[in-house]
Amino acid sequence: MAIESDVLVIGGGLAGLTSALSAARSGADVRLVSYKQSTLRNASGLVDILGYTPNGEGPLTDPYDAIPDLPSEHPYKTVGLETVRESMELFDEVTPQYRGSHTDTNALLPTHGGTIKPTARYPAGASAGVASDSRDVLLVGLESMTDFNAEHAAAHLDAAGVPFDVRGETIRFPGELRADAKVTRYAKMLDTNSEVTVRGRKKPVREAIAELVNTEIENESRVGFPAVLGDDHTAEIRQELGEKIGADVFEVPMGPPSLPGLRLEDRLFEALDEAGGMFETGNPVEDFEAEDGHIEHVLVEKNGAMVPYSADEFVLATGGLVGKGINSDREGVFEPIFDCHIDHSEDRYDWFDTEAFGDHPFASFGVTTDDRLRPLDGSGDLEFENLRAAGSVLGGYDFAAEKSGSGVSIATGYEAGNHAATEAQ
Amino acid sequence: MASVPHIAVIGGGSTGIGIARDLSMRGVDVTLVEQGNLTHGTTGRMHGLLHSGGRYAVADQKSATECIEENRVLRDIASHCVEMTGGLFVKRPEDTEEYFQKKLEGCKECGIPAEVVSREEARQMEPHLAKDIDKAITVPDGAIDPFRLVVANAASAKEHGARIETHTKVTDLLVEDDEVVGIEVEHASGAGKHVHGVEGGTEEIYADYVVNATGAWAGRIGDMAGVDIEVRPSKGVMTIMNIRQVDTVINRCKPKGDADIVVPHETTAILGTTDEEVDDPEDYPEKQWEVDHMIDTLSELVPMLEDARTIRSFWGVRPLYEPPNVGSDDPTDITRDYFLLDHDERDNLQGMTSIVGGKFTTYRMMGEEISDHVCEKFGIDAECRTADVPLPGSEDFSVLRDYMDEFGLRSPIGRRSVERLGSRADEVLKTDGPNPTVCECEGVTRAEVQDAIDQSGSDLNAVRIRTRSSMGNCQGGFCCHRMANELYGEYDELTTREAWDELLQERWKGQRHALWGQQLSQAMLNYAMHAATQNRDNDPADGTPIDFSAFDNGQAVTTGDDAGATDVATDGGQHGD
Ligand SMILES: Cc1cc2nc3c(=O)[nH]c(=O)nc-3n(C[C@H](O)[C@H](O)[C@H](O)COP(=O)(O)OP(=O)(O)OC[C@H]3O[C@@H](n4cnc5c(N)ncnc54)[C@H](O)[C@@H]3O)c2cc1C
Ligand SMILES: Cc1cc2nc3c(=O)[nH]c(=O)nc-3n(C[C@H](O)[C@H](O)[C@H](O)COP(=O)(O)OP(=O)(O)OC[C@H]3O[C@@H](n4cnc5c(N)ncnc54)[C@H](O)[C@@H]3O)c2cc1C
Repeated sequence: MAIESDVLVIGGGLAGLTSALSAARSGADVRLVSYKQSTLRNASGLVDILGYTPNGEGPLTDPYDAIPDLPSEHPYKTVGLETVRESMELFDEVTPQYRGSHTDTNALLPTHGGTIKPTARYPAGASAGVASDSRDVLLVGLESMTDFNAEHAAAHLDAAGVPFDVRGETIRFPGELRADAKVTRYAKMLDTNSEVTVRGRKKPVREAIAELVNTEIENESRVGFPAVLGDDHTAEIRQELGEKIGADVFEVPMGPPSLPGLRLEDRLFEALDEAGGMFETGNPVEDFEAEDGHIEHVLVEKNGAMVPYSADEFVLATGGLVGKGINSDREGVFEPIFDCHIDHSEDRYDWFDTEAFGDHPFASFGVTTDDRLRPLDGSGDLEFENLRAAGSVLGGYDFAAEKSGSGVSIATGYEAGNHAATEAQ
Repeated sequence: MASVPHIAVIGGGSTGIGIARDLSMRGVDVTLVEQGNLTHGTTGRMHGLLHSGGRYAVADQKSATECIEENRVLRDIASHCVEMTGGLFVKRPEDTEEYFQKKLEGCKECGIPAEVVSREEARQMEPHLAKDIDKAITVPDGAIDPFRLVVANAASAKEHGARIETHTKVTDLLVEDDEVVGIEVEHASGAGKHVHGVEGGTEEIYADYVVNATGAWAGRIGDMAGVDIEVRPSKGVMTIMNIRQVDTVINRCKPKGDADIVVPHETTAILGTTDEEVDDPEDYPEKQWEVDHMIDTLSELVPMLEDARTIRSFWGVRPLYEPPNVGSDDPTDITRDYFLLDHDERDNLQGMTSIVGGKFTTYRMMGEEISDHVCEKFGIDAECRTADVPLPGSEDFSVLRDYMDEFGLRSPIGRRSVERLGSRADEVLKTDGPNPTVCECEGVTRAEVQDAIDQSGSDLNAVRIRTRSSMGNCQGGFCCHRMANELYGEYDELTTREAWDELLQERWKGQRHALWGQQLSQAMLNYAMHAATQNRDNDPADGTPIDFSAFDNGQAVTTGDDAGATDVATDGGQHGD
C-alpha cells in the first residue's frame, strides 16, 4: 500500500523543516523525508535575514527596510515583506534558545575568523558576544584547535574597531584528548563534566577550565570560547563556567561541524514532532511519477527498492549546491529529482567571477518560481501544478554575500508550507 | 679580480636554485634573487614527471640520454622528493606498431631500461587501463615534487653561505662599458607585505658575474642590456584529479600529441598536457576546451577519468629556446635541450651568461655546466659535488619509519609528514606542544606549517608549496584560515590578513577550471564558509568604520538562560508569552 499524506516535504534542512512545521500547524497531514544531515551542520547557527544588499551595501542595520528594494527575482520579493515577518514569528516561537527578536535591528556577532558579521537571530549562547555591547572581552582559545586562534581573533576584532577592549589567551584543554579530537569530543566531556587529572589531582572538567581561565582573566566581564560548550547541556555549562569565572560566557560560532547549527536542527525536528508532523531520514528521493503536470508520487530509494510516497502537494526543499538539491556536470546545471529548469549559461566559464569574492553566478543557481513558489520551466510555464520550492534550492540570491541564508529558507519554507496545506485541504 | 667572486643569479626556479647550490658548494659567493616566492615561475607549474627519457627517445635522443642520467642521480640525492612509480608507454589498437618499435629501440639506444609487457600484464599493474589496449613498454619514469626539491636546494645553498632573496625583482641590469656589473632590484617586503629578508625598497647589488636563469622571462632580462634572447614560451595545461586513478606514469605511445600523459602525484593524478606558443609568459588565455580535451582524450587510456572529479587545472609556460637559424613552426618540434648563452661571445657584452631551455629533470646538470663555465672564467678549480651530496632531507633514508607513536600522529598523517620531510622529520616534528592537523586533505600538521613559516616568512603561498597544506580536495576551504592562525603571533594582524587574502585568491585561481559536479559544490561550500560565516568578503577590518551603536547591543537579553523567550525582556518583540 502506498504511503500517503496531504503534504510531502522533500529535504530536512531549515527550509524543509519550516515548511513541514507551517503546514502541520495549518492542520495538514504532513510527512517529511530527508536524505542526509542538512547544511546547518556547516552553517554557523546564526540566523541571518539580510546583512548586505545585492550590490554590497552594508552592514545593514535594519534588514526589513531593505527588502522592498531587492531585485524582483529575489525570493524575499516573491513572498513579500509581511511573510518574512510572519515566518520569523514562527521561528521565534519554536526556538526559545534564540535571541534577537526584541528588535528589528541586526546584531553584529564575532565569528571564528575574527570578523564580525550582521545577523538577525543568534543563539542565547552567543548573545553575550554581541559587538555593540561595550564591555571588555577575553577570548579563550584551545591549544590544539587550529580553527580558532584567540589572540589572532582578538587582534582582528580590534582592527575592525570594536567599541571594547579585547584580548586573547590560549589554554590547553584539560584531560587526555588527542590533538585531533573532534569538537563533539570536547562537547561530550563538558556535557558529562568528566573528571580530569590536573597536576595529580582529579577534578571535574568545567572546574578545571574555569581555574585555567581565572589565571588569565584581568577585568573583562565577558569571556568567549569556541563553540564547543556542550551539546545537551549547553546553557548549564555556560552558567557554571560563568559563575566560576565571574563573567558572562559566550560561544564564538565556528565552521563545520558546527554545534550551534546541529543544535538548531535538533530543535526544529523536535518542534515538528510536537506539531504532529511525521519524518524519516536516511533515504533519498530518486524519482517521481506525474501525469498531466500533476505529481502522483515520488519514489524513495530504500535498500535498493523504490518505494512510492504519494501526496496532494509536494515541497522541494533539497538545498542548493551544498545540500545537493542542485547539481552539475560538464554539460550544465540541473535539479536532480524533477529536472526543474535552472537558468545558467551554456559556457561554464560564465558560472564564476575571477575574484575569489567576486560576483559569482553559481552562488545564485536555483529554480525560478511563480509568486506561489511553484517552479517554472524555461519558457515560464509551471513545471508541475502541485510542486513548490523553498530554501536554497531557489535561485536569484547569493546568501553568502548578502548574509541571508537562513532567513530565505525560513521565509520561503513557511510560505511553501502554508500554500501546500491550503491547496491540499 | 677578487679571490672569491660574487655571483648574482636571477631566477628562483629549478635552474637558478640548482646553480646557486652548485656554486656555493664550490665556495663561491652567491646571491640569488627571485621576483615571487621560490618556484613562482614554470617550476611551480609543471607536471611533476621525473623523466626516464622515454618521451624523447625517438625524436630528441640527446635530451633522452641526459634525462636518464639525471633520473638516476636524483633518485639518489633527492630521495625524499621522488616517488619511483615506474612508467608505461601504452599502445592502443589505432597507434602504429612501427612507432612502438621505434620507441623500444630508442630507449635501448639511450640506455633507458625498457621492456614490453602484454595487455594482461599492463592491466595487472594498472587495473584502470582501458580493456582494449594492445600492449605497453615499461620505463623508469617517476614522480617528483618540484616544491620540495627547490626548497631543499635552497636550504643547501644557504648552508653553504648563499644569500637568497625572494619577492625581489630585478628591475635593471647595471652596465658599465659593455660589461654587466650588477643588478638593480626592488624588494617587495615591508610592513603589511611579505616580511622576509630585506624589507622594502630598491637595492643595487654589484657582482663579479651575473647568471640569467629566468626561463621564459630570459628575454626581458636580455632587453635590459640590449641583447636579444629568443625564448619561445609555450604553454601547457595540467588538470588535477581528486584521487590517484593510476599509480604508474601512463604515457600514450604515439609520436606527438596533446593530452598523452597521466602522472600520479601524492594523493592526486595529474593529466597533461598541451604545447602552444604564447607571446607573454605571464598573460595568456586559459580555455575550457583545453581542460575538456585532457579528460576526453586521456579517457581513451583510463576510461574512469571521464566521470572523475577534478580539483583544479593550471598552466605552465615552457622556456623553449631555439638557436637563431632553425625556425621551427610547431613548438612541439623545438628541442627540449638547454643552451648556455655567453653574452660576451655572442653579443660582446661581458659579465653575464643566460641559460635557457632544458627540463626540470635536468636542472642539476644545467647547474653543473654553468657553474663549470663561471668557475673557468674566474680560474677556480673546484669539483662539482651536487651529484654526490644528498639534499637536506634525503641524507639518511633510515628515518623513513613509522613515526606514529613517536609523534602521536595518526598513521596516514604520520606517514605522509615523514615522506614529505625525509630525514628532517625528527627535527621538524619533535615539538613540545600538541601537534594537531592543520590541513586534513593532505595530512599536514602544525609542526610542519610552523617549520615552513620559519623558512619562508609571512608568505602563506610559500608555506603552501613547502607543506602541501591547502592543496588537496577542498582546495583550502577548511584550512586557509587555520594557516593564517598559525602565522599570527610571529607576524602582526595586518600582515597575516594580507597573506591570508593572497592565499584565498591563489587557491581560487586554479579551481576555476574545475567548476562542475562535486568541485562546484565544494566551491560553494568554501565560498559560504569564507563569506557567510567568516564574512571575509566584507571584512570590517578592511572597510569603512562601522557605527557599532546603530546595531542591536543585545541588551534585552538576560544571559545564561535558555529557559525560553518568556523571561526575556521584550522591547518591541511581539511574541514570547
Ligand atoms: C558554510 C555555510 C555557512 C553558512 N552560514 C550561515 C550563517 O552564518 N547564517 C545564515 O543565516 N545562513 C548561513 N548559511 C546558509 C544556510 O545554512 C542555508 O541557506 C540553509 O541552511 C539552507 O537550508 P535548506 O533547507 O534550503 O537546505 P539544506 O540545509 O541544504 O537542506 C537540504 C536537505 O535536503 C536533503 N536532500 C537533498 N536531496 C535529497 C533527496 N534527493 N531526497 C531527500 N532529501 C534530500 C539533504 O540531505 C538536506 O538534508 C551557511 C551555509 C553554509 C554552507
Ligand atoms: C606544462 C609543462 C609541463 C612540464 N612538465 C615537466 C615535467 O613533467 N618534467 C620535467 O622535467 N620538466 C617539465 N617541464 C619543464 C620544466 O618545468 C622547466 O623546464 C623548468 O621548470 C624550468 O625552470 P627554470 O628555473 O628554468 O624556469 P622558471 O621556473 O620559470 O624560473 C624562472 C624564475 O625567474 C623569475 N624571474 C623572472 N623575471 C625575474 C626578474 N625580473 N627578477 C627576478 N626574478 C625573475 C621567475 O619568477 C621564475 O621563478 C614542464 C613545463 C611545462 C610548461
